[in-house]
Amino acid sequence: MGALLQVRNLRTAFPSANGPLPVVDDVSFDVSRGEVLALVGESGSGKSMTAFSALRLVPKPGRVVSGQVLLDGVDLLGLSVGEMRKVRGARIAMIFQEPMTCLNPVVPVGSQVIEAIQLHEDVSNADARARTRELFAEVGIPDPDARLDAYPHQLSGGLKQRVMIAMALSTRPEMLIADEPTTALDVTVQAQILALLRDLQKERNAAILLITHDLGIVNELADRVAVMYAGKLVEVADRETLLTNPLHPYTQGLLRSIPALSPPGQPLPEIPGVVPPPAEWPKGCRFSTRCDMCFEPCADTFPTELASDTGRRVWCHHVELNGGATDMRPRSDSRMAERAGPSVGRGGEEGA
Amino acid sequence: MSTSSESLLRVSNLTTWYPIKQGLLRRTTGFVQAATDVSFEIAPGRTLALVGESGCGKSTVGRSVLRLESPQQGQVHFEGDDLLTLPVDEMIAARQRIQIIFQDPMASLDPRMRVRDQIAEGMKSFGIGENAEDRKERVANLLKRVQLDPAAMDRYPHEFSGGQRQRICIARALAVEPRLIVCDESVSALDVSIQAQILNLLRELQEEMGLSYLFITHDLSVVRYLAHDVAVMYLGKIVEQGPTERIFESPAHPYTKALLSAIPSIDPARRGAAPPVLGDVPSPSDPPKGCHFHPRCSEVMDRCRVDAPPVVTLPEGESRCFLSEEGS
Repeated sequence: MGALLQVRNLRTAFPSANGPLPVVDDVSFDVSRGEVLALVGESGSGKSMTAFSALRLVPKPGRVVSGQVLLDGVDLLGLSVGEMRKVRGARIAMIFQEPMTCLNPVVPVGSQVIEAIQLHEDVSNADARARTRELFAEVGIPDPDARLDAYPHQLSGGLKQRVMIAMALSTRPEMLIADEPTTALDVTVQAQILALLRDLQKERNAAILLITHDLGIVNELADRVAVMYAGKLVEVADRETLLTNPLHPYTQGLLRSIPALSPPGQPLPEIPGVVPPPAEWPKGCRFSTRCDMCFEPCADTFPTELASDTGRRVWCHHVELNGGATDMRPRSDSRMAERAGPSVGRGGEEGA
Repeated sequence: MSTSSESLLRVSNLTTWYPIKQGLLRRTTGFVQAATDVSFEIAPGRTLALVGESGCGKSTVGRSVLRLESPQQGQVHFEGDDLLTLPVDEMIAARQRIQIIFQDPMASLDPRMRVRDQIAEGMKSFGIGENAEDRKERVANLLKRVQLDPAAMDRYPHEFSGGQRQRICIARALAVEPRLIVCDESVSALDVSIQAQILNLLRELQEEMGLSYLFITHDLSVVRYLAHDVAVMYLGKIVEQGPTERIFESPAHPYTKALLSAIPSIDPARRGAAPPVLGDVPSPSDPPKGCHFHPRCSEVMDRCRVDAPPVVTLPEGESRCFLSEEGS
C-alpha cells in the first residue's frame, strides 16, 4: 500500500511579465499514515505554497501548473470544487500560525467547532456540543464546559491554538497540515502544544505535514524532514540523519547558523546573501549563488536527484551514493569532503 | 545589585504601571503592572539581555529607559544623569546617546522617505555633519559599515528585504553616534541565516565602537551567543540575573529553569521531554499573590502563595526566590 499523501512533480506558478514564475518547482514527497513529515525552509522557500497547492488553496493569480496530489490514490487536483470541499476540513485538516486570525471574533469558540462538525456530518446540536466538549478536554483546555461559550478574545494564545487543534481534529481527519503551529506562541506554551501534537499523533495514527522554519521543532515532532530552498527540495532524510549528518550545503548552513550551537564570543557561521526572488533564481542549483562550495557545474546545471535505498534524497553536485546505494557521502574529489566531518548538527548544548 | 562607578546605564527600582480607565468618568480602576522594581546595570561595551515571554514587561523596561513611557518610580542613571528627572529638552538631547531598534523595520522606517534622508534626519537634528554634502558622505559610510551598497541610499524601504531593512535601521541608529542601543526583538522576525548575519554585525559594531546593548528578546538561543549578562523577567519583575554562562549552566530560579528546558533542542537524542510548566502566563493587571510564578512553579511552597520573595544575592548575580535564600 502506498503512502496516504503522495505529491508528485508539483509545480505552482504565478504569472509575471516574463511568463509564469514557478514558486514550487517539481516537488515530490510522500507522507504515510502515522508519520510526521516536516517541510523546512526560510521565508520564500515555497514551503507554505506547497501545502496550499496540495489543498488547492493557492491565492490567485497563482495556480498549480502540473503534477499530482494523491490522497489515498485519488488525485485531488482532478476533483470538482464540490468534491474538494468535502476533502478539505474533513479528510485533510489544517492548523495555522495565527489562531486569532482563524477564529471568528464574534462567535463563541464552542459554536465554531460545532459548526465545523455539522458542516461535514449530520449530527444533532446536542451531539455536536458533547463531542466538542470531549475534544476540548482531549486537547487540554481546562474547564471545557465554561470555555465552550467563551469568545476568542477571552482566551490566551495557547488556548486559542488548542481550540484550533480541537477544530482540526473534530472531523477525525486522516491528514493534518500544520503550518508553523507554534510560531506565534511563547516558548513555555510552545512546549505544551508540541507535547499535545505528539500525543494526538500517536493516539490517532494521523499523517502530519508540518511546515516550519525551526529545526528545534523538527526534532521535537518530525519523523522525516524535507528541506526546501527557492521552490525546490534540496534534501530529504529521516530526522536523526538530517540533524546529525546533513549533506546539502544549505542544510549544513542552516544548522550551523543556529546561535545556540556556536561558542559565544566567536563569529556565527552565516549563509551569505539572501534568498533571491523567484525572477532571479539561478538556472542551475538554486543555492549556487550563496554556496561557499559552488564550482563549475553548479550555476548552470541543476543537480539530478540522488536517492539511496534508505529513502534519503539529495540534490547536490557534491554528493554521491556510496558503494551499495545504502547511503550517500560527499564526493571524494569535491571540496565538501575536505571540510571537517559530519559533526555539524551535534547539538544539545542548550537547556538546563 | 552592587553599584559600580563604571556602569554606563544603571536602572534602579524602576516601576512602570499603566492605568486601566473605565466608565464615563474614566476613573482608574486598576493597573497593568508592566514593570515593578526593576534594577540592572550595563557597563560600556557590554550586552545585557532582558528575556521573558510576551507580556512580561521587557519592552516596557526598554521604552522606559528612553522615557518613551512615564515610569512612576525609580531612576535611570545614564552617564551621570538621571534621565527620568531631566527637563524634556535635555532628555531629547540625551536620546542622541541612546538609540532603539525595533522588531519590524518596515514599521519603523518611513515608506515615503529615501534611505538617505531617513539616516540623515537624526544627524541633522543633533547637528552632526557640517553640511548636506558631509552628511551624504557619512550616510554612504554607514551603509558600507552595515554591508549595504552605498548606492542604496537613493532607494525606498520597500525595495529591500527584511534583513536589509534591519541593516538600514542599524545604520540610522549609528548615525547619531550613540553609546547604548536598545534592541527590542531586533532579530526575531528574521530567518535564521539572516539572523546570523545581523547578530554578527551587531557584535562587530560593539567591538569596534565600544557600544552597549540592552538586548530585549524572547529567544534564549540568541542570548547565549550575544549577551554578557542576562536578566530574566516574569510578570513585571526580574526574577533572576547574572552572567550568561552562569544563567545557562546553573539557573537558580525555577522559572529560568523552565524557560531553558522549554527550548526545543536540535539534538536527536533529546526529544519528547515533558513540557516544563503548564498553563499560560497570568494577566499582568491581576498578577498572582506572593511570588508571581507560584501557580506554575514545580517547586512551590506554602509561603510562595502569600509572601513575595526578596531579591537574594548569589555568588554570581541574584534571584528572586525563597529557594535561593535557603541555598545561600
